[in-house]
Amino acid sequence: MTQNWIEIGQLEDIPYLGSRVVKTGGTDIAIFKTATGAIFALEDKCPHKGGPLSQGIVHGKSVSCPLHNWNISLENGEVLGPDSGCSHVIPTQIIGDKVFLAFPVLSKATGTDG
Amino acid sequence: MKKKLVIIGNGMAGMRALEELLKIAPDEYIVTVFGAEPHVNYNRIMLSPVLAGEQKFDDIIINDQAWYESNDITLFTGEKTVTINRLNKTVVSDNDRIIPYDSLWIATGSDPFIIPVPGKDLDGVVTFRDIKDVNEMILASKTYQNAVVIGGGLLGLEAAYGLKRNGMNVTVIHLADTLMERQLDEAAGYLLKSDLENRDIAILTDANTKEIIGKDRVEAVKLADGREIPADLVVMAVGIRPSTTLAKDAGIDCNRGVIVNDHLQTSDPNIFAIGECAEHRGEVYGLVSPLYEMGRALAGFMAGYNSRYKGSVTSTKLKVTGVELFSAGDFSGGEGTEDIVLRDARRGIYKRLVIKDDRIIGAVLYGDVEDGPWYFQLLKDKDKIDDIRDHLIFGQSLSMGNTAVDPMAAVTALPLEAEICGCNGICKGTIISTITDKGLTSLDEVRAHTKASASCGSCTNLVEQVMALTLGNDYEAEAATAMCGCTDHTHADVRHLIQLNSLKEIPAVMQGLQWKTPNGCSKCRPALNYYLIAAWPGDYKDDYQSRYINERVHANIQKDGTYSVIPRMWGGLTTPNELRAIADVADKFDIPTVKVTGGQRIDLLGIEKQDLPGVWADLNAAGMVSGHAYGKSLRTVKTCVGQEWCRFGTQMSMSMGVALEKMAWGSWTPHKFKMAVSGCPRNCAEATIKDFGVVAVDSGWELHVGGNGGMVVRACDLLCKVETDEEVMEYAAAFMQLYREEGHYLERTAPWVERVGLGSIKDRIVDDKKNRKKLVKRFHISQKGNQDDPWADRVENNVHAHEFKPLAEVG
Repeated sequence: MTQNWIEIGQLEDIPYLGSRVVKTGGTDIAIFKTATGAIFALEDKCPHKGGPLSQGIVHGKSVSCPLHNWNISLENGEVLGPDSGCSHVIPTQIIGDKVFLAFPVLSKATGTDG
Repeated sequence: MKKKLVIIGNGMAGMRALEELLKIAPDEYIVTVFGAEPHVNYNRIMLSPVLAGEQKFDDIIINDQAWYESNDITLFTGEKTVTINRLNKTVVSDNDRIIPYDSLWIATGSDPFIIPVPGKDLDGVVTFRDIKDVNEMILASKTYQNAVVIGGGLLGLEAAYGLKRNGMNVTVIHLADTLMERQLDEAAGYLLKSDLENRDIAILTDANTKEIIGKDRVEAVKLADGREIPADLVVMAVGIRPSTTLAKDAGIDCNRGVIVNDHLQTSDPNIFAIGECAEHRGEVYGLVSPLYEMGRALAGFMAGYNSRYKGSVTSTKLKVTGVELFSAGDFSGGEGTEDIVLRDARRGIYKRLVIKDDRIIGAVLYGDVEDGPWYFQLLKDKDKIDDIRDHLIFGQSLSMGNTAVDPMAAVTALPLEAEICGCNGICKGTIISTITDKGLTSLDEVRAHTKASASCGSCTNLVEQVMALTLGNDYEAEAATAMCGCTDHTHADVRHLIQLNSLKEIPAVMQGLQWKTPNGCSKCRPALNYYLIAAWPGDYKDDYQSRYINERVHANIQKDGTYSVIPRMWGGLTTPNELRAIADVADKFDIPTVKVTGGQRIDLLGIEKQDLPGVWADLNAAGMVSGHAYGKSLRTVKTCVGQEWCRFGTQMSMSMGVALEKMAWGSWTPHKFKMAVSGCPRNCAEATIKDFGVVAVDSGWELHVGGNGGMVVRACDLLCKVETDEEVMEYAAAFMQLYREEGHYLERTAPWVERVGLGSIKDRIVDDKKNRKKLVKRFHISQKGNQDDPWADRVENNVHAHEFKPLAEVG
């Protein structure tokens, strides 16, 4: 699959242990920054009930969904712990202090019904 | 060759005796058990908490199927024994099963007594004896409204409380003029009656049931004086009768119960009787601890020892959450007896000791039962009390010269023979030696190995104190529940260590307390953030990223990712201008739903995140501020119209509500905090299910604490009565501050009050004026930085503006 790298903003625009949203034509994308400054991107949709992950609490390399507190791995989008499901990961790339996302790769979340 | 033991009855007495027997003589008997109920062995005295929804049936199972199997016990459940054939030493079941025995135990318990009135067989008339009865009551509570409990003894009152918890209107009909007259004297009975009436349970004493009315199902209960009480469910809880039919039919000597000697042996030396069905030295017991004492004696005798049962002295506790009563011994008074009485009406405390020949022969405690076990021990040991008589009524720590308030002092002072768990007859020494021998560290382990606090659970606190005493500093860290997977520390530890080590930032806490994860998780970070706010007011800088989204954006996230916004309406009051501004905002931002909340204000639902600052700006402009409907903080202060308008009102409830809200808004608390003010005892503001509820009476205000609605409704406890408006404000601030300092994060005041005990809260707020003033002062210090409207901060100062804008738009 060909990937289009699109610049979406500066590293410093994203708060540590926080997240920002990138609007697309379809599902929004959530960009996360961990305590160590690592950047990850997931579609902004929990595999459980579609909660906006960008609004969750970031800890370690995971985020807790604000609706029902499911924990999602930022690295692979997999649900952690006893539940199962997966949110789509969007590849990221940092060049200098700029953040790039790979498009178009959006496909549906592959979560099993919680 | 092994001997054959058959046990009729799979209840608490028989199985407890069997457990004891297996402990000391594991290989001597081949055991067969018949149980009429279709279950394994469960803890019958815990049926009340099951009815009240505080426990589940699974929680009260004592021995599961696997226990019977691993001990090679043949169990026939749902099978009634119909005949004992003493000639050829067999028993016959209703399935025509014939089992031979060498020794036979009759442990058939007792049957509920059904008063012989017309209508007793109608549908909807139940007893309270087994899990089937409990299920029937729970089912009835889902369809029907009105319950009548006949009998105001231990069982009846527990049934009444359970049915109330299931949402029914409950009336208790009691023949005598005092509730629990066999365990309580008139004064304590009165206190109990008013406590239950405050819980909205109607009590009719001196009431004689004449007839139960209804066609197919019960419709009402008719009293001898002609009154009719509507009823869709009638619970007969007037007493129990030892179940002796089987023994009588077999020609065994019976009186009220099956007559046994000190070895629990009946008139047939191969047949024994134990538990509620047995009559020993003219006594029949209906409480659990004698059953266990009998069990030990019987097991010892069957194992070849000369062990004897010498009768029991019993004490009583009532399993109604929040009602504390204790009674033991003889308190009927009479020749040569003296009373020592302490009453504290304001705190609802009554203590009475009955003394004869310088010894305690009876004790009734109400409201403060902490010293119950101590008095009970003195009573059982027949200790002379003339030396400590002056202080006796004030309890153990004072009487024994320990004036310093050390929570462990009482337990430390207890002798090793002191009984800690009355249900299971476990003394302090047994708990200590079991902990040491088996290396136990958790409460569950101690329960599993000793059974202490494994039955009614009311001694849990004592058992934990014995554990702490035995294990020293190892105890809390290992036994209590850790805050989350990131740490081994408990909430209480973390709070304590934050203070002790002057930890003032989340990373410092995690470093100092050896957190196992790099930056915590969604459970501990918000908790730590709160603990630091509470510990270092003014000093600590709120950690934005450790707050749940609702507190970050001052709105409530909805299922579709939109938000709802609720402006504050002080005491539930609003103005035409505010309403116009709300209407304009709703129009301007196309807000799809506008709803009145249960807290007397207006909720704007379905707002897109990026519109939030605009919505706030407009509401701010009309003078409205954030309602904190999203926060672990003061929510609303609900009021009724009170003396300002109401013809029944006795105080100005609206202005009191506004004053409270103006004082307390913006303060962060462990969990949400709701208040209400009612202008008269009709309590239209529903103040008695709030965290802090104020109810006006003629002479001032009643202050109620620790209530909530929600999944498990809890009515408030009465903290105290005060006279002036200033006192209301003072007590509210003190109570809130104590909760802020002690509550675990996400622990409402209801479980907090139950955890630390109402008595301890009264001690520190009502009785200790100095401490109250200090709490109030600390509350106001912490409020200084809290009353800046978070919306204005966002609108005027552009704080966290990035939160509301996308980083980029692509595609």
